[in-house]
Amino acid sequence: MQQLVLILPALNEAEVLAGVLARLKAGIKKLPLTTELVVVNDGSTDQTAVIAGKAGATVLTHLINRGLGAALGTGLAYAKKQPADFAITFDSDGQHDPADIGKVLSPLFKNRADVVIGSRSLNRKSKMPFLRRVNNQAFNVLTWFFFGKTTTDSLSGFRGFNRRAIKSINLKTERMEVSNEFFAEIKRHRLRLEEVPIKVIYTPYSMRKGVQPGNIFAIIFRLVLRLLR
Amino acid sequence: MINNFLPVQIVFGAFLLFAVSRVLLRLKDGTLALNNFIFWSGLFILALIGVIRPELTSLAADKLGINRGSDVVVYASILLMFYLIFRTNILLENLRHDLTELVRKLALKK
Repeated sequence: MQQLVLILPALNEAEVLAGVLARLKAGIKKLPLTTELVVVNDGSTDQTAVIAGKAGATVLTHLINRGLGAALGTGLAYAKKQPADFAITFDSDGQHDPADIGKVLSPLFKNRADVVIGSRSLNRKSKMPFLRRVNNQAFNVLTWFFFGKTTTDSLSGFRGFNRRAIKSINLKTERMEVSNEFFAEIKRHRLRLEEVPIKVIYTPYSMRKGVQPGNIFAIIFRLVLRLLR
Repeated sequence: MINNFLPVQIVFGAFLLFAVSRVLLRLKDGTLALNNFIFWSGLFILALIGVIRPELTSLAADKLGINRGSDVVVYASILLMFYLIFRTNILLENLRHDLTELVRKLALKK
């Protein structure tokens, strides 16, 4: 049976992680794959690692906090090492719905795409708050400007990869700018990209997380550095 | 000959000589690569020439279409500072990346 590695980058998510993992475990039961839950504990100072371990997830611990990009890089490095046939990145703050995993996997199963982005904007029922929508659009333009790839949701944390993508993607950025860097890697390795609509569950908790509008300048600066390194 | 110099030339000149001596020491103890040594010693020696013979900066100013020699020095210094801050940022990014690689290796080892 083919193997799927589900990567959850987590920084101090003890408040919600047990619930997220329980929903995920129930959601992945129906998948025709052997699935491994991998929590990348990015230097959390709370009980994140303990909760993940108790839930039966593989826990990869960063001894010090290195950022979202670094955590995703570690998760993908693990998937490469396994070797996994597919990998999915999934937010650990509870904003993604495990029922959408099948949707993200579908283009990979059918060999139509190497990378699938779960897009919040493609979902017509999506109730994305106005400021988030503007922020997202600004980052989509930024992604097109820097990397020449058009997308409807450059900040989505719900992504799927097949073996080819797992093997070729090599992330250099360490923080939030990684979401845009994925598109640079997709372009560089000529990976086939497809987007599917996904549902987002907005809670006060998940609203506190993620890329805030003020981050755009810091992200532009770090993307420029990445290009010139 | 030292009596012919202005106090500002003496202070700046002494500082630049000190800087050149530090660069030489860093090359000797192996903490500075040859290309970096050439860059830094060249820069300080050029500045020293400008301090000792300020009229030469006016010559450069004339060639570049800038009014005063001192303006050339200020413009060049600002440009150089921007470049050095940029280089420092790149160096920091590379260090962060190396640190992440190390943290990742430890995470995957367990």
